[in-house]
Amino acid sequence: MALARIQVPPQAKRGEPVEVRIVIQHPMETGFRRDANGVRQRRNAIVALVCRYGGVEVLRAITSPGVAANPTLRFHLRAEKTGDLEFWWIDDDNVEGSAKAQLVVV
Amino acid sequence: MKRRHFLALSLISLPFSAAGEPNAHVSTIDPLVRSFTGGKDVLPGKVTLVLPRIADNGHSVPMTVKVDSPMTPAEHVRAVHLISEKNPVRDMASFYFGPHLARAEFTSRLRLNGSQRVVAIAELSDGSFWSDMVQVEVREAACTED
Repeated sequence: MALARIQVPPQAKRGEPVEVRIVIQHPMETGFRRDANGVRQRRNAIVALVCRYGGVEVLRAITSPGVAANPTLRFHLRAEKTGDLEFWWIDDDNVEGSAKAQLVVV
Repeated sequence: MKRRHFLALSLISLPFSAAGEPNAHVSTIDPLVRSFTGGKDVLPGKVTLVLPRIADNGHSVPMTVKVDSPMTPAEHVRAVHLISEKNPVRDMASFYFGPHLARAEFTSRLRLNGSQRVVAIAELSDGSFWSDMVQVEVREAACTED
């Protein structure tokens, strides 16, 4: 469940906006869908996602099944110094996931 | 005033007056809206919610939210809330951020259960609330089809 891909440019200039993209592999099960046997699938969606840059929280998202399966997020960080970009999330089953990427600032 | 003149006038003036008034996109007695705003007025403007007018598939609808803000420590966006009109879970997502983001803008994908209006509410650092609303025609609804 902890499959994700983070995309950041290989280098960023200090003070400039950096495009950060993340895709998390997750079904974001709504709780309303039935499988081929007509059995209702239990809701299981990511409910919270946190992004930290250099140990500081920069973005927090509270999500629901209203977000499409395999959630994507794209935003622009302000490059300050070289550091880790850490994502952490948790779903309805209390399964946590995380992903990390390094942001190199020159 | 003739009836047809009155009708023409109301057609012209209605959209403009509706767009400028507080709470044009939200209901002030909506508990979900109140949970975000604490009963404060939500003014239309400053936020741009970008959604396709027609979505073939409600399972994955690309969405971008832009807020008119310099994103400085003194003046930035605190949060953006997305509210659905017809999803079983109306409280679709809330994004909390601050001056660490270079731009008050993000992109994601939504699930929409049928044609509906989607509202984005942005909370700025000065405590004001701003909104935008988009009507999306969804050809194939997500979630509840059986």
